[in-house]
Order: sequence, then structure tokens, then C-alpha cells
Amino acid sequence: MKEIHFNDIADRIAQMCIDAACNLDDDILSALDRAIEIEKSLLGLEVLKQLKENAKIAKDEALPVCQDTGMSLFFVELGEDVRIMGGLLNDAINEGVRQGYKKGYLRKSIVNDPLKRRNTQDNTPAIIHTELVAGNNLKINFKIVGAGCENMSKIKMLKPTDGTKSIKSFVIDTVKEGGINACPPLIIGIGLGGNFEMCAILAKKSLMRPIGQPNKKMEIASLEEDILKDINKLGIGPAGFGGKVTALAVHIETYPCHIASLPVAVNLNCHASRKKVMVF
Amino acid sequence: MRKVTTKKEIRITTPLTDKVIKTLKTGDKVLISGIVYTARDAAHKRLVSAIKDREKLPFNLKGQIIYFTGPTPAPPDKAIGSAGPTTSSRMDAFSPILIKKGLKGMIGKGPRGKEVVDAIKKYKAVYFAAVGGAAALLSKGIKKSEVIAYEDLGTEAIRMLEIEDFPVIVVNDMYGNDLYTDGLRKYSKEEL
Repeated sequence: MKEIHFNDIADRIAQMCIDAACNLDDDILSALDRAIEIEKSLLGLEVLKQLKENAKIAKDEALPVCQDTGMSLFFVELGEDVRIMGGLLNDAINEGVRQGYKKGYLRKSIVNDPLKRRNTQDNTPAIIHTELVAGNNLKINFKIVGAGCENMSKIKMLKPTDGTKSIKSFVIDTVKEGGINACPPLIIGIGLGGNFEMCAILAKKSLMRPIGQPNKKMEIASLEEDILKDINKLGIGPAGFGGKVTALAVHIETYPCHIASLPVAVNLNCHASRKKVMVF
Repeated sequence: MRKVTTKKEIRITTPLTDKVIKTLKTGDKVLISGIVYTARDAAHKRLVSAIKDREKLPFNLKGQIIYFTGPTPAPPDKAIGSAGPTTSSRMDAFSPILIKKGLKGMIGKGPRGKEVVDAIKKYKAVYFAAVGGAAALLSKGIKKSEVIAYEDLGTEAIRMLEIEDFPVIVVNDMYGNDLYTDGLRKYSKEEL
């Protein structure tokens, strides 16, 4: 049995919030470099260069990459042989968010109630999905979820006989309709299968995967590639000013589903996919 | 005031006059200096209900620019935290009322609704986009920030910003052009 203390979790979560907000991962920076190589639109190129410069300023000066430091999302894998000492895991995570958002001068964007809308002033509560796994590790995947791109995301329950053509056109339509607002170049997370809520979780989980790491199933990896090509034919381009690079990547995660269902969720992410992982 | 620089960027200062707005065209790269005001969802709602109730507004809209942003808190050594644009379409229900009252410019990101585009044409205004997600870079163009109204709204309060060479692109000019539709027309390879 591994014992992990409440305060250790809270301290490291606080640091992880600041790190995610200010430091883009290398996979994103490399994807922006590749985009600069292929973009033909002059305005588009300028946008991509601004985004690279922005990432550098953010890192050097410990400033958030984007002012929308989002809702704090956690995918937790809790080993069966782990015991949290000194309090509850969810409380430790929320305490970490509280401390990190204050210490890092991050924006507090959470309201207490969807209708009353009073800011909670500390960016809590976080959204926490926990899965019990074998072993004695505690793995915490963190993602900053901004609203600009999240608001443009969609779910559709397709017919089981619809197949890939309908999936593709739903994704393309979602990008056409809201892509500019979602701050392109985009990273597109797609959840296929499961049920209504499961496909949304799959879409979000697919966004935790680094760019350049395709789905392990060959046919899904090639669907990812196909959809990316189609999206980059749209011409939306960086910041929507027109250009070749509308998306940096398409990620798909799948799950078995009911004979009568084909749920699809499309979760748009801006270029600033702010995600971090830590293991205790 | 309008000045073309060597890099084909146009420098303008606020407040904006019709004379300057007439020279701005969709796709122009513009560097803005002077005073602009921040406001997003909640502040827009209050501004418009103040207009409807004939109350005094926290600032005179005439010739001014509103920047749709909710910045991060300023670290001790900085004028402001990161401050990039938020999605403009959420302000579409309010902007035409403010334009009618004298607002001349808006900075945000993403397409505007028909009513906004019509108001921009009718009252000679302009809609600029700043690059979404370039918030740390954009904060460098902001020299001073002061909350002037609705302090209780926190990040959504109205701030008076002093900006210098703040980089934007003209999306909707007063002639009815739109950079987003132009861009799509130019680069779309979609099979129709």
C-alpha cells in the first residue's frame, strides 16, 4: 500500500496548473513549426509566427499563454493499492487548483451556478474523472479547458448504418460552423461510440494524446489522417484569416456501442492545448 | 490619425474619426495606440441596460474602441496579465446598440452577425481581430490598465487601457467587406 499525503498532491497540482498555463508542450511547438513550413497565406504565416512568439514570451515571463486559463479538468487513474492520507483526493485536487490559480496569477473563470453566475474567485470546483486501476500509482492528467473552443464543440447521435461518410461530414460541419471562433489552428478531438456521455469523454481524452501519436488501431489512425486532410481543404487557416493550416491534428478515441447507436462527439481545441501529466 | 509604415502596417490613434475609418480596409494590418476600453459579456449586458434606462454610462462611447477581453490578474511587475481577445459573437446582441450610440471600433475574434455588420456600415465603424491565443504577446502592447466600472465583475469589469502599437487586422470594414469570407474564398479547396 502506497501512502500519498493530501498536501503533497495539492502542492504538485498547484505547480502543474501554473506550468500548464504558461508552458506549451513540445509537441505543440513542433506542430506550429511544421505549420509554418506549409502555410502559404501571408496573414496565416504571420499568425503562426505570433503564436510561436507568444509561447516564448509566456514561458520566459511566466505569463499565461492565453488569458482564458479555463476550467480545470482532471483524468485521475488511482491505483487500488494507494491510500490518500490527510483528506479526500478530490479535496486535495481542488485545493491545488485554488493555490495554483492564485499563486500563478491565473484567471478565475468559474461561476458557482449556471444561472446565478457568481464567480467562485478561486477557479474551483474542478471537473474530476477518476478511474480505479491496478497497482500502487496515482496518475493525474490535467487539462486547462478554455471556453472559446469548448463552446464550439458538438455531439450527434448518428444512425448505426451511417458509417464514416456521415462521421466525416459531421466533423467538417462542426469545424465550418464554429472553427474560426475556436482559435485555429485547431486540434480536433473526436469520440466515437460508447453512448451519449461516453463519446464526449472519449473526445476529451483523445485531446490528452500528444500530437504525432496516432490511434493504435490502423483503420482509426487512417480515419484521423483523412479527416485532417479534409479539414485543411476548408481554407479557414490560422486565426480564420484564410490559409492551408486549419488544424494541426485530428485525434479519435473509440469504444464499443449499442446495436442501435453511433454516437459522435467533436471537441474542438485551440492551438494552445494545455495539458500536463504527473505520477506519484 | 492614420500613418502607413514601411511594413505596410497602418498606425492609428484613438479616438477614431470617420476620416480614419474610411481609409481602413478588410485585411489591413493595423497598429492601434491610445485609449481603449475592455468589456465582455456581463459588462455589455449592463451597458445596454444602462442605455435603455437612460442612465449615465461609465465612459463616453463617442469615437471609442471596445476590446472584448477578460485579462488574467496583473503580476506585481506588470501593467496587466495576459489579455487576448474573446469570441465576439457573444456580444452581437449588444454591439449594434453601442455602435448607434457612437462606438466606432471593436477588437475581438471570430465572425459577427448580420446586425453588427449592418450597423458597422450604417454608422461607419470597424471590427478588428486580434490573434486568439496570443494573449501574452498582446499584453506587451498594453502600457496601463485601470478598472473604471463594474469592479464587482472581476475579470469582466470595464478597464481603461492605454495601448501602444497594439497589433490587429481589419475584419469588417465600413464598406461591407469581411476578411473571414474573403479568406475562405481564396484558400478553400473543398469539393462542392
